[in-house]
Amino acid sequence: MAPGLEQYLVLSAVIFSIGLFGAITKRSAVVILICIEIMLAGVNIALVAFSRFITPAELTGQSFSVFVIVVAAAEVAVGLAIILALYRQRHTIDTDKIDLLKW
Amino acid sequence: MMNNIPEALIWMIPGLPLAAFTVLFVVVRALKIRSNLNGYLSIAATAVSFAFSLWTAAGLFSSPGENAVAGFEWLNLGGKLVIELGLIIDPLTGIMLVVVTLVSLLVQIYSLGYMHGSKSLNRYFAFISLFTFAMLGLVMADNLLIMFMCWELVGLCSYMLIGFWYHRPAAAQAARKAFFITRIGDFGFLAAILLLFSSAGTLDVAGIHSAAAGGVISSAAITWAALGIFMGAMGKSAQFPLHTWLPDAMEGPTPVSALIHAATMVAAGVFLVGRMYPLFELSPTALNTVATIGAVTALFAGTIALVMHDIKKVLAYSTISQLGYMMLGLGLGGVAVALFHLFTHAFFKALLFMGAGSVNHSTGTFDMRKMGGLARLMPWTCATFVIGSLSLSGIWPLAGFFSKEEILSSALSNQPVLFAMALITAFMTAFYMFRVVFLTFGGEYQSRLKPHESGRIMLIPMLVLAVLAVSAGWLNATGRLTAILGHGHEHSWITGLLGIFTHPLAWISLAVAGSGITLAWAMYHKRWISAKKIAWTFRSAYTVFFHKYWIDELYEKYIGARFFNNGLFNLFNRFDTTVIDGTVNDIAGLNLKSSKAIRALHNGRLTRYSLVFLFGVAAVALTVIFTG
Amino acid sequence: MGLQIAFWILSITAVAAAAGVVWQTNLFRAALLLVACFLATAGIFVTLSADFLAAAQVIINVGAVAVLIIMSIMLTREVTRGSPSNRLGIPAFWLTGIVTAAIIVAVAKTSWPVSPVPPAEPTSSALALILMGGNGFELVIHMGALLLLATIIGAIVLLKESK
Repeated sequence: MAPGLEQYLVLSAVIFSIGLFGAITKRSAVVILICIEIMLAGVNIALVAFSRFITPAELTGQSFSVFVIVVAAAEVAVGLAIILALYRQRHTIDTDKIDLLKW
Repeated sequence: MMNNIPEALIWMIPGLPLAAFTVLFVVVRALKIRSNLNGYLSIAATAVSFAFSLWTAAGLFSSPGENAVAGFEWLNLGGKLVIELGLIIDPLTGIMLVVVTLVSLLVQIYSLGYMHGSKSLNRYFAFISLFTFAMLGLVMADNLLIMFMCWELVGLCSYMLIGFWYHRPAAAQAARKAFFITRIGDFGFLAAILLLFSSAGTLDVAGIHSAAAGGVISSAAITWAALGIFMGAMGKSAQFPLHTWLPDAMEGPTPVSALIHAATMVAAGVFLVGRMYPLFELSPTALNTVATIGAVTALFAGTIALVMHDIKKVLAYSTISQLGYMMLGLGLGGVAVALFHLFTHAFFKALLFMGAGSVNHSTGTFDMRKMGGLARLMPWTCATFVIGSLSLSGIWPLAGFFSKEEILSSALSNQPVLFAMALITAFMTAFYMFRVVFLTFGGEYQSRLKPHESGRIMLIPMLVLAVLAVSAGWLNATGRLTAILGHGHEHSWITGLLGIFTHPLAWISLAVAGSGITLAWAMYHKRWISAKKIAWTFRSAYTVFFHKYWIDELYEKYIGARFFNNGLFNLFNRFDTTVIDGTVNDIAGLNLKSSKAIRALHNGRLTRYSLVFLFGVAAVALTVIFTG
Repeated sequence: MGLQIAFWILSITAVAAAAGVVWQTNLFRAALLLVACFLATAGIFVTLSADFLAAAQVIINVGAVAVLIIMSIMLTREVTRGSPSNRLGIPAFWLTGIVTAAIIVAVAKTSWPVSPVPPAEPTSSALALILMGGNGFELVIHMGALLLLATIIGAIVLLKESK
């Protein structure tokens, strides 16, 4: 039998939390960005699953997902621009070393 | 003579010295006038005051009946407390008015000579005027609040005048000591005032007396109030154990000692008890306390006066002793008896002080061991001093005899033990006064200085006082004085003067006084008995007397230094720093430490911030799950 | 049946790839595992009958985003340093676990109103109609375009070398 809504949602939760864990735990800024992408992918799975199971005719979730992908792409672009600018200043993108905001 | 003095003039009796003080202290001081003008102003004011006081007293003498001069409302606290500034003119007041103004006037005239050349005459006369005003206010006040204010003002003037030569540390310390010790007594007085106000609802003296008579105030309250008032009197009148300030107060100028510490301020305590006497009459406990402390003080001070070398110290202890007599009289005989002795004592004690001042003016010292033979060199001083000593010793027909007689007879009839103490004191009084006389004026003058008689301006007041020391007692020859004060009965003139000898007590007291004088003559004039041998024989007693029973050491070293300074105050100090400051500091420190801890949360790393964010999300998630 | 197998394979791949991104210290491998994750996700979209979205995912995410990431890895010379972990591992693990558990519990407890209507196929035309049709989201699309424009400009400005 086909996988039900709950299974997709559990999958989405798992991928999201792995991405979350990585975003908090990793030191390299690029890897943090990668993990954010993973989180967004997980969210997309959930959205599409909702669209498929709850509103199959209106495709609500899928339209939402389109926008999420667009925004994710934009965000990666800007994020990488920031990382590169930071790298030029400090020659490192280790987030443990970027702590000018401390007390 | 018009008996009724117009009311406005009565107000001027205290008003004139006050005006003199204001003018002297404000105007003349600003003009920096340093000359005798200060004295003239003050003397003029006091003289007019004296004239009015005589007028008032004369009116009272012939028709005694208390007239209260209605005053004006001064303070009104919502109807609960209404203080009126009014005056009482009754025989008690009348006598005090005459005494205060007359002695003040004579002392000021004397000061013109004694303090001649001093640079601060302005300050001197200003404060003597202020003192006169305060003393007059004290005796004329009709409510306890004004009385207390004048009481404190008198203490302030005493402080100012004892410490007149404030550059001398001994004088400054003596002034402080006087103030402190009288303050201890004032605490009792204030407590009594509060107690009376809460029981009787009024501070008016007449009101309090009627409340007490009417039973509004409970008898326990009456006793406590009377004891509190007596505590105030103990402070001001230097009764044991609050007497230590008076000998030290001799550091002030001698005219000040004559005025304040012989005749008037120290008599304020006696006056106060007299004014509040109806309260005391309702409390036998208080009366007994007054009498006992009076007798003890008299005896105690007399023993110390026996061994002092400084004339003024002998006179100071003599004053304490005589004040003890007055208290004894108050306790056993009543107001009239004590006031009569106050009246005569003021005159001969002021005279004796002036005499001591005169001696000092020419020899430069008060130490009797350096004197002798002044009888030939200073005849007038010697004569007046001897008259004063005879009066103090209670020799008929001088004033002191009559007033002491009254006290001794009331003691004999009521408390034999106290009577014995008073009689022994009479012996000692005669002895030590004539010791002074013979040491100072008898024998030969030792040093090379050439002492000369004092000028007229100093001698005239002394002469006036000498006349009074002789004759003041005769004012009561008919018993009139004590009668208007409420005691005794009137008799004819001759009966009063000579009839006294029909009572054996008169012979006994004369014999006692006479033997004292004779012993002094034998020891110090003829040198038949060696003073040194007697001192050696009774050396333990001599040492105790000489060190004034070590009371000063007790107060200053043990109670003052150890108990209060190092003990109690130290405790308070440490409590303040550790507990109070510590608490405040700890609260601030707690703030500091906690903020440091929280601050460490911001390490500047984004990942840490997102963790905290996640923490919040997890908390919300849990809450949502568990609360459905 | 087939769908079930496909689902399981794809989901395990996605999860493993994601886990690999987190565990790997080699930066390059992390980036490649990201690609794998995206591809697996695209497969999952297919199982959900979202064909357009799967294609979009592959083109945009894999073709542009992942490539961009790999290029920037090259540029920052971070390859040598790799991708270590910081010290927040344990609290992050527990908190993430709590959040995941909360989501799963919420999912399990809710009664989803599952609709029996079969999905539309192909989705592109349906999607186009929904997005740009009468009651559509045209404005949002335009705003999306503007956003992308702003992104490009912003990136250029950020990286401009000041003379």
